Amino acid sequence: MRPVSYSRVSDVATAIATVAADPTSAYLAGGTTKIDMLRIYAEPSQRLVDINSLPIDHIEVQPDGAVRIGGLARMNDVALAPVVVDRFPVLSEALLLGASAQLRNMASMGGNMMQRVRCSYFRDAEARCNKREPGTGCGAIGGVNRGHAVLGTSPHCIATHPSDAAVALVALDAMIHVQNAAGHHAIAADDFFLLPGDTPEREHPLNHGDLITAIEVPPLAAARNSLYLKVRDRESYEFALASAACALTVEDGTVAEVRLALGGVATKPWRARAAEHLLRGAPATRETFARAAAAELAGAVPQPMNAFKVELAQRTIIRALETLTARGAVS
Amino acid sequence: MVASRLPDAVQGPGPVDVVLNVNGATHVVRIEPRVSLLDCLRDHMNLTGAKKGCNQGACGACTVWVDKRRVVACLTLAIACEGRDITTIEGMAVDGSLHPMQKAFLSEDAFQCGYCTPGQIMSAVALLAEGHAGSDAEIGEWMSGNICRCAAYPNIRTAIRDVRDGVGGVRKDATR
Repeated sequence: MRPVSYSRVSDVATAIATVAADPTSAYLAGGTTKIDMLRIYAEPSQRLVDINSLPIDHIEVQPDGAVRIGGLARMNDVALAPVVVDRFPVLSEALLLGASAQLRNMASMGGNMMQRVRCSYFRDAEARCNKREPGTGCGAIGGVNRGHAVLGTSPHCIATHPSDAAVALVALDAMIHVQNAAGHHAIAADDFFLLPGDTPEREHPLNHGDLITAIEVPPLAAARNSLYLKVRDRESYEFALASAACALTVEDGTVAEVRLALGGVATKPWRARAAEHLLRGAPATRETFARAAAAELAGAVPQPMNAFKVELAQRTIIRALETLTARGAVS
Repeated sequence: MVASRLPDAVQGPGPVDVVLNVNGATHVVRIEPRVSLLDCLRDHMNLTGAKKGCNQGACGACTVWVDKRRVVACLTLAIACEGRDITTIEGMAVDGSLHPMQKAFLSEDAFQCGYCTPGQIMSAVALLAEGHAGSDAEIGEWMSGNICRCAAYPNIRTAIRDVRDGVGGVRKDATR
């Protein structure tokens, strides 16, 4: 691991000023990505600014019913917060199905949004990777790519976005609140994650020193009937091969409201807008669900080893929608 | 926004004095800021109970508690633990008497090679305190961060159930 210097800050303004002033510095929150990346020489920071003492770890209900989650709230604490379990089960489940109990105790929500991809070429400092070293090529295209993305890829990068929680947040139209020296702004979760395109090194519309202070989840009645379905190689403590964050309201056999986002198959948390469009107002039947799933995956660009994900993602979508339809009918 | 002030002094990258509270005792170690809590415990304090399995947060062999929460020590910087309470497997026995979970691991043969065992026990005791040991499925899910390559999982679950249910006269609430 590279040598690093370290300092602790106790207020947001100082934290931002400190990191903004030093291009070699980075925020240190839970450390579950940052320390790992430093150790394998895949991350260049030379100075860590420890923000764990900042008072931005609360989970609060807003007057309009939105839930505001502090950027430093830990995954387990958010997942188990009664208001999240009750109003946004999809988010609670996505969090609990990610990582391990220990990592969820450490990892912050802001850090979860900023976590780096698990692509083995990105994490091998000796390998070619346009994300780590722009212009060097993509080792995964034509390489070992079973876990890689089939949606949102580019000729320069096919790394899968690893977060589960972000998939739920994109489905819920959450807002990512960011602070910097100039002030505060909020970014829609769907816009917070960038497609690789020609610039896979750029994953977020953030500048150096920008700090995620909170994530706000707007009220959504349909979210009470929601779930996160995660399909993976082992039952626990594993990244998704395909996942679906879904909220559904069925009225008189017709889809009245639906939210759907996919994980494990795309280069960003993937809001399934094509599927949502077909589902709204359509009969809540397996035929409709299959048609919507097929439409969403129509643009998939599979690699030799991950072609199975195109079918797996569709089955995951259909199962999620069928499960919620059955639940909604009895509740 | 809170008025800006100077940050705490920048430490490192060379060695600095770090004060850590481990198992109720205060230790002063001279380490670089990049030193993990795991390496600090093992190499600078001779507390070798926490084990280095993967050193990348995947195996759980280094599980310890920071302020009573179970974490992986390999992805925790020691310097970031100043002012916090660290508990390791060496802090579980009291006056030479093993913790009930340690006793249960022995009586249920909940290990073979033993390398993962300190992490398993630190996780298992925390698991009971968290209230996530209601069923075998729940135990399996919430213990999934502790890998046992000898696959002693059935016996580990049995040991956890024993402590949960007070089998053999162990305290039901075995957390301190």
